[in-house]
Amino acid sequence: MTDIARNGSSAPAPARRNRSLLEVDDRTRRRNAAEARFKLMGSIAVIIGLLALVGLLTSILLNGMSSFRQTYVSLEVYLDPAKLDKDGSGNLEKIAKVTTFGYKPLIQKAMVATVAANGVDDQGLKAKKIADMISPEAPATIRDYVLANPDKIGETVRFDLLAGGRIDGYYKGRVTMETAALDRNVSPEQLRIADALRDAGVLDTRFNWAFFTAPDASDTRPEAAGLGVAILGSAYMMLVVLVLALPLGVAASIYLEEFAPQNWFTDLIEVNISNLAAVPSIVFGILGLAVFINYAGLPQSAPIVGGLVLTLMTLPTIIIATRAALKAVPPSIREAALGVGASKMQTVFHHVLPLAMPGILTGAIIGLAQALGETAPLLLIGMVAFVREYPAAPPEGLFDPASALPVQIYNWTTRGDPAFVERASGAIIVLLVFLLIMNILAIILRRRFERRW
Amino acid sequence: MFDTPKREAAVTKTDIKMSARNCQVFYGDNQAIKDVDVDIDDKTVTAFIGPSGCGKSTFLRCLNRMNDTIPICRVEGTITLDGEDIYDPKVDPVQLRAKVGMVFQKPNPFPKSIYDNIAYGPRIHGLARSRAELDDIVEKSLRRGALWDEVKDRLHEPGTGLSGGQQQRLCIARAVATEPEVLLMDEPCSALDPIATAQVEELIDELKQNFSVVIVTHSMQQAARVSQKTAFFHLGNLVEYGETGQIFTNPRDPRTESYITGRIG
Ligand SMILES: Nc1ncnc2c1ncn2[C@@H]1O[C@H](COP(=O)(O)OP(=O)(O)OP(=O)(O)O)[C@@H](O)[C@H]1O
Ligand SMILES: [Mg+2]
Repeated sequence: MTDIARNGSSAPAPARRNRSLLEVDDRTRRRNAAEARFKLMGSIAVIIGLLALVGLLTSILLNGMSSFRQTYVSLEVYLDPAKLDKDGSGNLEKIAKVTTFGYKPLIQKAMVATVAANGVDDQGLKAKKIADMISPEAPATIRDYVLANPDKIGETVRFDLLAGGRIDGYYKGRVTMETAALDRNVSPEQLRIADALRDAGVLDTRFNWAFFTAPDASDTRPEAAGLGVAILGSAYMMLVVLVLALPLGVAASIYLEEFAPQNWFTDLIEVNISNLAAVPSIVFGILGLAVFINYAGLPQSAPIVGGLVLTLMTLPTIIIATRAALKAVPPSIREAALGVGASKMQTVFHHVLPLAMPGILTGAIIGLAQALGETAPLLLIGMVAFVREYPAAPPEGLFDPASALPVQIYNWTTRGDPAFVERASGAIIVLLVFLLIMNILAIILRRRFERRW
Repeated sequence: MFDTPKREAAVTKTDIKMSARNCQVFYGDNQAIKDVDVDIDDKTVTAFIGPSGCGKSTFLRCLNRMNDTIPICRVEGTITLDGEDIYDPKVDPVQLRAKVGMVFQKPNPFPKSIYDNIAYGPRIHGLARSRAELDDIVEKSLRRGALWDEVKDRLHEPGTGLSGGQQQRLCIARAVATEPEVLLMDEPCSALDPIATAQVEELIDELKQNFSVVIVTHSMQQAARVSQKTAFFHLGNLVEYGETGQIFTNPRDPRTESYITGRIG
């Protein structure tokens, strides 16, 4: 690449003197050509990388942006006491006995009434088919409301209910009249009614807050599936990782870098830490399964186990970053502190550590970001389970089953309904935004604590 | 704490502050200092001179056990401070360094404010009982370091923002602030202009009223100006040690003569 190798073999250098500076000699021309070639290759590599990134992002954004919008139908539902509270006692236990199945007729009645009230042509559809335009999640929504407000029984309440997944898909371009004709889950007539309801202002597509707060939903109701439990689970795991890996990793690195004697044993530890950083994450999952679940008896699918496994995985990253940051602190600072009679400990904590802080924090955030996106080990410890219950607040919540963002993405991509593809892409966007925030945070921290020596 | 009476007794008995016997220093297998015997007098300025790489800094760093921080460095022989072996296993180098301060060859201020640079030593040694006392120490030290007038209005700006020469004076002030009994200075004036150099030399002169000062220098004139004793090192050996006047006017060893007349170095 460079010309150094040619130096030896070349003939004695021609006289440099008496040459005009204005004409370029052979050697310089060759050097410049090599430099130009290298620059070209570098730019090509960068362009390929950028194109791949742009392609990836556009495909994810195109697929996923629509998951941030959701179609709702606004219905006046009469909470019929004859159905919900037959003996009129208002006894909550009795009311709770009515399953979601018992709420279906209420919705059907409300839907048919709304269609008629807005003067929408019912296209000759049966009442059941019209009611099917509403998500199967809707009865549960109303039931939860009634159980929370039993005094509302007998009144007419306005609900914003989820439209069915196919109706929602129709407004996101996933479903067309042609595909609807072939689909037994939706019919063109239903879509036409939906269009009319939309014109009447009963049905609309709006920002999908539920995507961030709702728990996962079953295969048949993608429109109700949200990231709530997954975000909580990921947050809990990050909490565990932060609380365990950061102090442990920083303490270990400080000890190894500043206090430990340099001998074969510390060398061995150093080599092994580097090796650990390269161990495939799934191996940590197996370790977690064997140690934390089978041996220590911690619950499956719990954020505590996920957090512990991710801690093990993140530790080497944090240790390596911290040691590099400590090494980068110039020895003259240590000498200065020792020279005025500071102890080793004072030297490290008063002078070295503050200077190494940006590096340590950057390393820790990169480690956390890695952990946030890690999927494989979580699959092994059962975090892939279908969880609809929100975990409680920590610390007890750490032992409740939960999901995690990357696992939720994996989970959704394995499901049949195309609406889940949209959800998965949306979840990827959410995950990427979190990672982006963490990286920006790392950059800001680095800037803030910029080297000052 | 408990050894204070003993130390005072030792001080009154002799005016030799530090002494080295049979001192050998190795970096791995390389011997940097060979068989050095030297007595450093109390309330005296001792200059170490010699060509680059002859081991002046290495020997200086032995005197406050700064070499402990270099894993491959090994020191043999005995070095005493007030008659006590500083390499005794019972000695805590931290306590030693509080008594034997050091100014390094390259200025190395802490990346903190000028005030905190000076105040750090007194703080960790508990030399000030109040904020006002600490302010006093800072001002006094900066004045002794010939830096006060230049920085008195920006005590809370970073010490690393000063010029190289100012940084070196800051380091001198920092070393003085802890009131060491011996001050080791490794080429303290190599980055200073003649005015600052004169100020530092004045400071050294003043310090010798109370402390003993060991200064490494490449400037013959400086050694002649500030020191009472001079030691000439060559290739790890202490070639000649004696009264400064005698070394410069009437050297006994031909190597010393050729060095001070500029023929080796
Ligand atoms: N940290 C170290 N590791 C290994 N060898 C060292 C180290 N420090 C110094 N030496 C070696 O010890 C010898 C003496 O070095 P020293 O720094 O004491 O010289 P010096 O007299 O202070 O020179 P100068 O006047 O250039 O500062 C040199 O040969 C040097 O290579
Ligand atoms: Mg030196």
